[in-house]
Amino acid sequence: MTGSGHDPVTRGTVLAESALAGDRRALARLLTAVEGRTVVAEVALRELHRRAGRAHVIGITGAPGAGKSTLVNAVVRQLRRDGRTVAVVAVDPSSPITGGALLGDRVRMQEHAVDDGVFIRSMAARGHAGGLAATSGTAVTVLDAVGYDVVLVETVGTGQSEIEVVATADTTVVLEAPEMGDEVQAIKAGLLEVADIVAVSKGDRPGAERTANLLRTMLASSEPTTARGDIGGSRPRPKRPEVLLTTGATGAGVPELVAAIDRHRASLDEEALAAARVRRASAVVWEIVAERVRRRLLAGELAGETDALLRDVAAHDVDPYAAAEALLAAYRGHTPREEERG
Amino acid sequence: MATMTERPIKVLIAKPGLDGHDRGAKVLARGLRDEGFEVVYTGLRQTPEMVATAALQEDVDVVGLSILSGAHLTLVPRICALLRERGMDDVLVTVGGIIPDEDIPVLTQAGVAAVFGPGTTIGEVATFLREHAPQRDIE
Repeated sequence: MTGSGHDPVTRGTVLAESALAGDRRALARLLTAVEGRTVVAEVALRELHRRAGRAHVIGITGAPGAGKSTLVNAVVRQLRRDGRTVAVVAVDPSSPITGGALLGDRVRMQEHAVDDGVFIRSMAARGHAGGLAATSGTAVTVLDAVGYDVVLVETVGTGQSEIEVVATADTTVVLEAPEMGDEVQAIKAGLLEVADIVAVSKGDRPGAERTANLLRTMLASSEPTTARGDIGGSRPRPKRPEVLLTTGATGAGVPELVAAIDRHRASLDEEALAAARVRRASAVVWEIVAERVRRRLLAGELAGETDALLRDVAAHDVDPYAAAEALLAAYRGHTPREEERG
Repeated sequence: MATMTERPIKVLIAKPGLDGHDRGAKVLARGLRDEGFEVVYTGLRQTPEMVATAALQEDVDVVGLSILSGAHLTLVPRICALLRERGMDDVLVTVGGIIPDEDIPVLTQAGVAAVFGPGTTIGEVATFLREHAPQRDIE
């Protein structure tokens, strides 16, 4: 095994070096370390983070069954025709009850299974809300760093407000199945608002063209968006997202979709790109901060204190704000120790 | 919350070969999900190369092969060899389906840890995997 049997620092360094040299086994193990938020991942990222930032990160989101995996498969095919290498991060939900997960996105991506220019990784969301796993952003950084031209991020089947992918992706494609709702659905806040491109799936079905026209009408009538409507940054939105009809199963409309995705990336000026990078950095850093605080308070010597406080709140003896302050005070009172992490 | 730092056992359920009977594989995939495993399901008609590549990219602990076509003596040793070739010697390989008793030693010889015939319960499979999946040192 690459670097096994060594201490975490050596292992992290060796895994990063091997992954950068094109060792796909090392890359896969590194992604496992990232998912497990281990010290190995932390060490590897010291090197890899500096090298990331070149890939075009494309987010694909939409309702369960809308056709995301089928579309991702077709988009990968088109990108490969253009000679671009592609990594796919496909997220599926974890069971809130057992923690288990069924990761089924590869079923639709079989044609790329043995293409050396494609790397597909499934991730379980592991209790994280928002459409991605908590560590998906870092997984994207790793795949970017090792040199994939495009990283496609497929979210879990989303509802109306799982828009975390926007912080991770340069270009966000929202997939809408035909006849999923009327005009009022199309003008509700949330998912459709964050789309850089809207793709209507299953374009060969009756009603698909009508859905596309309806979306064009409703989205086109909106005012140009400004920084106020943006999520945690000042990235200007297109005045109206392009609405395209796609049929993932046949590939119809997919070259046009990839062209639209490339146009969107090209349209981002320096300011917009910088804002997107800050948004991504902030999402990743805050996730780590939250995880560190949670881990410290729930593990080791503070666990008992935390548990007692939560019980006090449950018993209505302590109010939630006072409990939160007490936990933060306890956190501040303990300096991190290397062996607690990992 | 404490479980968030534990890695669930990750299992690839694959159907190599040409038979189209995937009910068993799907039932097992779902059952293992309920047992707390992270299950990657790849669908029908996988070549040995596709199975080995998926196992590598997903960094799974277990590869579960479902075969009802009778081609197990060809497919399984090939998959085991490919896994070894790619450095995945520690991956636990199990086979489910219709496997004649006399073929089991051949598969074991090829590197298969267990063969689960008809009538095996999900619980039995889950217990076996928990006991035999490699302990990963991902610190």
